[in-house]
Parts: sequence; C-alpha cells; structure tokens
Amino acid sequence: MAILQVENLRKNFESLEVLKGISFSLEKGEALSIIGSSGSGKTTLLRCMNFLEMPSSGRIVVNTAAGEHVLYDDQNTKTLSESAIRKNRLHFGLVFQSFNLFPQYTALGNVTLAPRLQAKARPDYKERAAALSREIEERGMALLGQMGLADRAGYYPHQLSGGQQQRVAIARALALEPDILCFDEPTSALDPELTGEVLRVIRGLADKDTTMIIVTHEMTFAHDVSDQVIFMDGGNIVEQGPPAQVLENPREERTRQFLRGYTN
Amino acid sequence: MFAQQFPIVFHSLNVGFVQTLKLFAVTLIGAIPLGLVIAFGSMSRFRPLSILTRTFVWIIRGTPLMLQLIIIYYGPGLMGNNWWGGGEVGRFLASAIAFIINYACYFSEIYRGGIQGVPIGQNEAGQVLGMTKGQIFFRVTLLQMIKRIVPPMSNEIITLVKDTSLARIISLQEVIWAGQSFLKGSQGISGIIWPLFFTGLYYLLFSGILTILLGGLEKRLNYFR
Ligand SMILES: Nc1ncnc2c1ncn2[C@@H]1O[C@H](COP(=O)(O)OP(=O)(O)OP(=O)(O)O)[C@@H](O)[C@H]1O
Ligand SMILES: [Mg+2]
Repeated sequence: MAILQVENLRKNFESLEVLKGISFSLEKGEALSIIGSSGSGKTTLLRCMNFLEMPSSGRIVVNTAAGEHVLYDDQNTKTLSESAIRKNRLHFGLVFQSFNLFPQYTALGNVTLAPRLQAKARPDYKERAAALSREIEERGMALLGQMGLADRAGYYPHQLSGGQQQRVAIARALALEPDILCFDEPTSALDPELTGEVLRVIRGLADKDTTMIIVTHEMTFAHDVSDQVIFMDGGNIVEQGPPAQVLENPREERTRQFLRGYTN
Repeated sequence: MFAQQFPIVFHSLNVGFVQTLKLFAVTLIGAIPLGLVIAFGSMSRFRPLSILTRTFVWIIRGTPLMLQLIIIYYGPGLMGNNWWGGGEVGRFLASAIAFIINYACYFSEIYRGGIQGVPIGQNEAGQVLGMTKGQIFFRVTLLQMIKRIVPPMSNEIITLVKDTSLARIISLQEVIWAGQSFLKGSQGISGIIWPLFFTGLYYLLFSGILTILLGGLEKRLNYFR
C-alpha cells in the first residue's frame, strides 16, 4: 500500500485554476522529484499537502503502520476543521526555499521548539518534564550532528551561512518525524558554492530511505537521488516515471522541450 | 535673594513635575493597550471597521494635540454639560483622555508596521510544525514584533515626555505651569523667569534616563536579527 495517495487534487485561486487534477502515489522510502517550469503549480502542490493552502477538491490519503488516514477529502467536512488540519499536517514536513528559521532561537532551539510544545500537551508531561526535555534536547543534538552542525547548535540563524541555515531547517522538520518530508527548491536561495552541502544532506536522507518529495531545478541531483520524477506543466502532471525515463527518454514533447533548457 | 527663592521654586516645580509624570505614566498605561486595539481595527478584514478606524487615526494624527486637548476640555461645557468641573482633577482627566487617544493612534501605526513587518514565512513555518495560532503568536512572532517596534516606540515615548507640557493650555498644573507661575506671581515671588528655564532640566534629566533605559532594551533584543 502506498504511503501517500493524492487523488485528483485541484486548487483554484479565485477563478485561476492552478492545480488541475493532480494524482500520484508514493511508496514508503521513495524519493519523488517534481520538476517543471515556473508557475506550473509545484509550490502550490506542496503547500496544499501541508495545508498552507486549502485544496479546492480531491483527496489526500496517508497510509502508515498506524493505519489509513484521510487527510483531506472534499466530501468529508471533518477533515476541514482547524484542529484536524493541525494534526493531519504533521504527517508532512516542509522545508522552505527561504528557510524561515525562527531568528530569536538558536539552531538547537529551532529544532526543539515544536517537539517541546508537543511534549507539553502529553498527559504525563508533569511527572516526566525533565526527562522529556532531555530526550528532546538529545534528539535535537543528534539531528544537528547528522546535518554536520553539532558545533553550531548554540548559534543564532543570523550567525549561520545560508547552507547551514537550510540544514538547520531540515533538522527542524525531521524533529517531528514526519512520514513524508517535502522540500520546495531547497537550494534556490543559496549561493552556488553552498548548494552542495545541502544536496549532500538530502542525498544522505534518501540513502536512509526517508520518504521525500523534492521540488527542484537541479536535474542531475533529481536524476541521482529520486526513485520517481514528475514533470508538471500548467497545473497538470505531464509525465511521471523513473528518472531514467522522464529525464533521459521523455515520451512527451513538452517534457523534452523543458529539459532542453537544462542540457545546454 | 536666589538662595531664599530656590527652595520655594524647587518645591513648586517638583509638585508640578509629579503631575507631568502622572500624565506621562497614565498616557502610556492607557495608550499602549488601546493602540493595539486600534491596530487590529485598522487591519480588520471587515472593511467598514477598518475604514472607520483608519479615518479616526487620520483625524487624530492630522490635527494638533493642543486642539484636541481644547476640544475635549471645553467641548462638554460648550454643549451645556461640563463633566470635568473646574478643578485640577477634571483637568487631569481631560488631559489624560486626550493624550491616551492621541498616543494610541500613533502607537497603533507603529504596531501595524511591526505586525506586518514579520515575514509571513515565520507564521507558515510555525503552522507546518503543528503549532497553534496562540503558540505561533507567543513563541514566534511576538518577540520579532517587539524588536521591530521598540525603536519607533522609544521615539514616541521621548516625544511624550515633552508633549505633556501641552496640557498647560488647559491649565493643568504640570511643571511648565509651575515655572510660569513665578512670572506672574506666586508665593510672594513674582517677575522671575529662571524657574521657567529651570523646568528644562527636569525634561532633560527624565528624557535622558528614558533614553538610556529604552536603549538598553533595544540592545537586549540585538541578540537576533
Ligand atoms: N496565493 C495565490 N494567489 C493567487 N495566485 C497564486 C497564489 N499562489 C500561487 N498563485 C499562482 O499559481 C500559479 C502556480 O504558482 P506556484 O508557485 O505553485 O508555481 P511553481 O511551479 O512553484 O513556480 P516556481 O518554479 O516559480 O516556484 C502561478 O500562476 C501563481 O501566480
Ligand atoms: Mg515554487
């Protein structure tokens, strides 16, 4: 059973239809890259899955060990309440193009803020506060270590390079153990010499079978790291398949046209 | 001569300055929260409310505080119902209301800038991490807003120190009034002008202390950008 199923997802901004019926599925441990020209709806798709935008119609279903969760269903208004959304979106993590770290917290503080707030909601928080806090801190440190930032835990975002900030943002997203981690052009805001360190970290996650959706313009990276590639154009999925097919032998003329812009 | 006058003058000025400080403090206590209400009103998505609030802010910021003081103090009497009475308590109340309304409008614009100046991405990052609206406000955006509003608020607060003297126009017995009284004659002293000049020291000292305190607050928020 696929860990994620998106069915006929649509999104309108007023009269502008930005997603025109997107359907795909993703297996656990797979990395999916989404490519496509500017304005094709890639960011909107990620934002709908993280409920930063409410889809106009369709279905989003996640299957985990704990069972099937219908995160969004236009037929089921129960999925639309604020508290349901807050719970449902935790199946996803999102790494933004512009990092969006919280400037008043250290790197470690950024990573541990949300886990701490969640721990406070636990019924056993009062008795176990100190132990929980230690666990969260240790896990945060471990994640920063995994990102190669153990020695930067006490730094504030403005004291870090863009690449370091983005790696903190990845650790922050991982701290909540999302089932699916989404990246929206994670290296687009970085100087070219800093993209490598971020892509290396994402590659490391892919090697560990993290389920990921990556919107990217880095074709070589998409080719190496992903199990599936989706090419979007004008709010539709034009082509999808393994990278060797979509990126090397695309069937659709539109895909070929798009890729031509990258080969030279 | 001066040695005899000084204690009398000093005492009078101190009494006046207490009134100045009271007006200053009451204005801040009232205007800081009222400004927030006005800021939310002017940002409301309910158009009639935001238009009404913005028009009100425009009128208050577009006319002199001195005029507002006069209207608030003398207006009710002209309409045949002088709630303020003739005493110092009434003058203080009228001054406080005029100052609170006026400063709340200025503060509201500063708040609005502070709230709208926090990037939307901060809110979205909080949402994606499953935080509630309250958690996002108190844990993420509030401190960033405070950092943004502290420098312009400091300016307004220093201006308020000196603006309190406008209440002189409705004879509130603040420090300038006290200094001026020795020009016309008070407690057996008349025709001397130095007490009026001397009031300047009170303002200098007080605004100096505030500048240091507010500068310290600004510095403390400098650990992040
Ligand atoms: N909040 C919004 N209101 C109205 N239109 C929007 C909104 N957000 C996005 N759009 C429109 O939706 C379309 C798709 O935008 P989107 O950001 O999803 O594209 P994208 O594929 O991520 O592009 P890029 O590669 O430039 O990031 C664009 O035409 C955009 O103008
Ligand atoms: Mg985009």
